Amino acid sequence: MSRDRFERALLRVLKPLVIMVLVLMTAFPFLYMVMLSVRDIQELILEPGSLWPRGFTLDTYVDVLTRQGFLSFLRNSAIVALASVAVTLLISIPGAYAVARLRFFGRRQVHFLFLAVYLFPAIVLAIPLFVLFTMLGLRGSLFGLILVYIAQTVPVTVYMLRNYFETVPRSVEEAAAIDGCTRLSTIWRVVLPLSKPALMATGLYAFMIAWNEFLFALLFLVEKRESWTVSLGLSQLAGSIEIPTTVLMAGSVVLTLPIVIVFFASERLLTEGLTAGAEKG
Amino acid sequence: MTPTLRQREGRAGLALISPTLVITLVVVVLPLLWAIMLAFQDARLINIRRVGIFGHYTLENFSYVISEPGFWSSLVNTLVYTVAGTALSIAIGLVAALALRDRFRGRTLVRASILIPYVAPVVAVAFLWETMLNPQYGIVNTWLHEPIAFLSQARGELLGVRVPVALFTVIAFEAWRYFPFAFLFILARLQALPAELDEAAVVDGATPTQRFRYVIMPQLWRIIALLSVLRFVFTFTKFDDVYLLTGGGAGTEVVSVRVYNFLTARDDIGASAAQAIVLAVFLVVFLVVYLRFFGGGEGEQR
Repeated sequence: MSRDRFERALLRVLKPLVIMVLVLMTAFPFLYMVMLSVRDIQELILEPGSLWPRGFTLDTYVDVLTRQGFLSFLRNSAIVALASVAVTLLISIPGAYAVARLRFFGRRQVHFLFLAVYLFPAIVLAIPLFVLFTMLGLRGSLFGLILVYIAQTVPVTVYMLRNYFETVPRSVEEAAAIDGCTRLSTIWRVVLPLSKPALMATGLYAFMIAWNEFLFALLFLVEKRESWTVSLGLSQLAGSIEIPTTVLMAGSVVLTLPIVIVFFASERLLTEGLTAGAEKG
Repeated sequence: MTPTLRQREGRAGLALISPTLVITLVVVVLPLLWAIMLAFQDARLINIRRVGIFGHYTLENFSYVISEPGFWSSLVNTLVYTVAGTALSIAIGLVAALALRDRFRGRTLVRASILIPYVAPVVAVAFLWETMLNPQYGIVNTWLHEPIAFLSQARGELLGVRVPVALFTVIAFEAWRYFPFAFLFILARLQALPAELDEAAVVDGATPTQRFRYVIMPQLWRIIALLSVLRFVFTFTKFDDVYLLTGGGAGTEVVSVRVYNFLTARDDIGASAAQAIVLAVFLVVFLVVYLRFFGGGEGEQR
C-alpha cells in the first residue's frame, strides 16, 4: 500500500475518533452537571459512579432558587448584564463609527489605546478600583460593577463594530447626506439598520462578559449578600458544608443556562465578529 | 472664519469617540497610574486617606514583596502554568480545527458543543471540575484504582516519577477551557486559505501529512504566533481559574492570587500593588523577548 493510501485510510479512521473525543471532553462534564443537579445527595454519596439518577427530583432547583437566594442573584446578574450591554452599545456605536469613517486627530493612537486595554491585566486594575470604590462608598453597589464592565468591553466592541461599519458602502451614506440627513441621523437611519448582525454580536459579547465575570464582583460585592451576582453567589456558597453539592449543581445549571442559550442562538454571529481580524492573518 | 469640511469632520470624529475615551481614561488609565503610585507608597486600607499624590515615596514595598517567602516560587508557578497552558490549548485547538475543517453532518452542533467550555461562566466550570475530581464522590475517582486528591495534593507519583498533581490539574483545566479560543481563530484562518494550493499539492502527489507540513502549517504560523501572545498575556495575569480551583494551595499559587491575598487578607495595598507591577513588568519583558525572537524571524521569511 502506498504511503498516500495508508495516510488517507488512517485519517479516515482517526478523524471521527478525534471528533468523538473532543465532544466527549467538552460535553460530558456539562451532562454530568445536569445529571447531578436532579438527584438526591444521598444517592450521589452511595453511588458516585452512576451517571443516570434513580429518582429525578427538582427539589434541588427549588432549594437553590428560593432558600439559597439565587432568584435575587439572578435579578442582580440580569441588571448588571443588561445595563452593561445597553451602555456599551450606546458608547461604542459612535466610537466605532468615528474610527471607521472620520479622520480626526489621534485616530491611530486610539487604536493602540484599545489594544492596550484589551490586553491589560485585570488584577492590576483591581487594586486601585478596590481602593477607590472603598473610599467613595461604592462597594456593594451594582453601579460600580457596571462601570468596570463597560470600560473592559468597550475597546473590543468598538473594534468589532468598526470592522462591520467599514463594509457599509460610503455611497449609501453620501446619498443620505444629500437627502438632508445630519451625521447622527445618517448613523441612526442608514448605518445601524444595515449593521444589525454586528450589533447583535457586540451586544451578546458584552452580555457574556458581564454575566460571567468574577474577580470584580468578588472584590466589590462580597460583603453585601443582597447584591451578589449568580457567579459570586455560587462561589461563596460552594465552600459551605450545609448546602448539598447537588443543590449547588442546580445553581451551576442556573448560572450556565442563560449563557448557553444566548450562545447557541448567536453562535455564528459571535464567532465571526470575534475572529474577523484573524482571516487577514 | 467658518471651519473647513475637513476640520468639521475632525471635530465630529473627536466628539463621537469621546465617550469611549472618557470611560477608558477614567476606569482604566487613571487607575493604572494610581496603582503605580500606590506601589511606591506605604498604603494600607486604614491609612489610605492620608496617602496623597505628594505622599512619601519609597521602594520598600518592592524589596518587601521580593524578599517575602513564596514570591519566587509563585512566579515560577505562574510561568509553568502559563507556558504549559498556552501550548496545550493551542495544540488541542489546532487538532480540533483540522478535524472539523471539512463539512460533515452535524458539524455546526459539534462546533458549538466544543465552544461551551470557553463561553460557560468560570465559576460554574471550576465548581464542576471540583465536583468531578472530588476524592469522595467525584465521578473521575470512581474510575481510578485509588482516589487522587487532584486539587489539594501538591505532589504525587506517576509511573515512578514525582509530579506536581494540583499544578498539572489547573494546567489541564486551562487547556480544556481555552482550547476553543485557539480552535476558533485557527479554524477561521483555515477556512480563509485559498483552496488552489492544497489542490495543486494533491495533484503533485503530496500525502496528507506532507500537505499539512508543507502547505497548511506555513500559512498557520502567523495566527499561531498571535495566539501564543494573546494566550500568554491573558494566562500570565489570570486570577479566577486558579483561585476558584485551589485557592492557590497545594503548590499552585500564582502571582495574581498573591496580589489578591495581599489586598484583601492583609489589607496591604502598597505591597499588593507592588506585586502586581512586578508581574506586569515580567510580562512586558517576556513579550519583548518573544517579539525579538519570533517577530524578527517572521520578517526574514517574508
